[in-house]
Amino acid sequence: MYDAGKIILGIVVFLVLITFPFWFTPALGNPDYRPEPELPAGKCVESREYMVHWHMDLLDQWRDSVVRDGNRMYVSGEYGDRYEMSLTRTCMSCHTSKEKFCDRCHDYTGVDPYCWDCHVEPKGQ
Amino acid sequence: MDESRRNFLKIAGCSALGAAWGIPVVRAIGKALQAEPAPGAFEGKRWGLAIDVQKCMHPDVVRACQQVCHSIHNVPQIDNPEEEIKWIWSEKFDNAFPDKVHEFTTDSLKGQPVMVLCNHCERPSCVRVCPTQATWKREDGVVMMDMHRCIGCRYCIVACPFGARSFNWSDPRPHIKPEIDPEYPTRSRGVVEKCNLCAERLAKGLGPACVDAANQVAGGEAMYFGDLGDPHSEIVRVLRVRHSLQRRPHLGTQPNVFYLV
Repeated sequence: MYDAGKIILGIVVFLVLITFPFWFTPALGNPDYRPEPELPAGKCVESREYMVHWHMDLLDQWRDSVVRDGNRMYVSGEYGDRYEMSLTRTCMSCHTSKEKFCDRCHDYTGVDPYCWDCHVEPKGQ
Repeated sequence: MDESRRNFLKIAGCSALGAAWGIPVVRAIGKALQAEPAPGAFEGKRWGLAIDVQKCMHPDVVRACQQVCHSIHNVPQIDNPEEEIKWIWSEKFDNAFPDKVHEFTTDSLKGQPVMVLCNHCERPSCVRVCPTQATWKREDGVVMMDMHRCIGCRYCIVACPFGARSFNWSDPRPHIKPEIDPEYPTRSRGVVEKCNLCAERLAKGLGPACVDAANQVAGGEAMYFGDLGDPHSEIVRVLRVRHSLQRRPHLGTQPNVFYLV
């Protein structure tokens, strides 16, 4: 094989680069880091586990329900109480800071939802 | 050849079974959301407006209506007419009703300002052309916009014969004066917007803000809001008694905004 050294070196460099996301954090980053959104006291509209995993789907359903169907009241499946389906008026009345709540996990996971292009984030917190 | 056909049928059969099993699951997940209308929300079959042309001619009335509408809905104030955004504004009678003016039209109408807004048509041309159903007609008659779905193609702007729709050529937030109302979302660059007949107020059991403002400034009977589908509503009674006009009725969009002359 001609230029075996160069080819093998090239393959090694390629593999190192393409596996970068897998080895970088364990080797050089902080593998124990977990984002810590600031949680207000009290309960949310659904259980904590449900909100952690499904809040994006819940917000999508709220959006469609309010905008498309005109139904603005949400009946909690977990607790049975009623909430106005509103990002700014309901969610952000407890989670008063986008930086200290939404952004903590979204920045960590590289998620960039476009909610705040239009909806007005609470200010002054 | 036979072999591949056999395989194809097997795969098709399995897929069909899978889909048949999957649909109820998807439905069940979709049903998980329990939602209901807000208590006290207005319910109507066909919302409409009647505007007294003479009373709403006064610049104070137009200004009051525009001010309240544009401030509660975060409508940006952009002076460049090529990029301006408006939900309610005034138009010369000759332009609002081009088929109603002639050589001898009375000076009390000809050249005078008329307050105009989205007509919330019965057969809205904007809805027919929207490729994403971002604009649609609600069961209560409101022609709504879903900003989450609008892709900014502007077909609806071309389709609307009343110029009721505006396009956000740039981020509107710097142009919202005096300040953004946090109760209502702004828009982003690249979407079309228009009057929503105060759908957010109807959900609370309140009429459109312009109607309240006009009646307050003009001392009543300047604007009527009500259910055109209810023969006993005030708006229907007024329309039965007084002479009224629709804008460009020959186009067949059947506007639900009437002008009392």
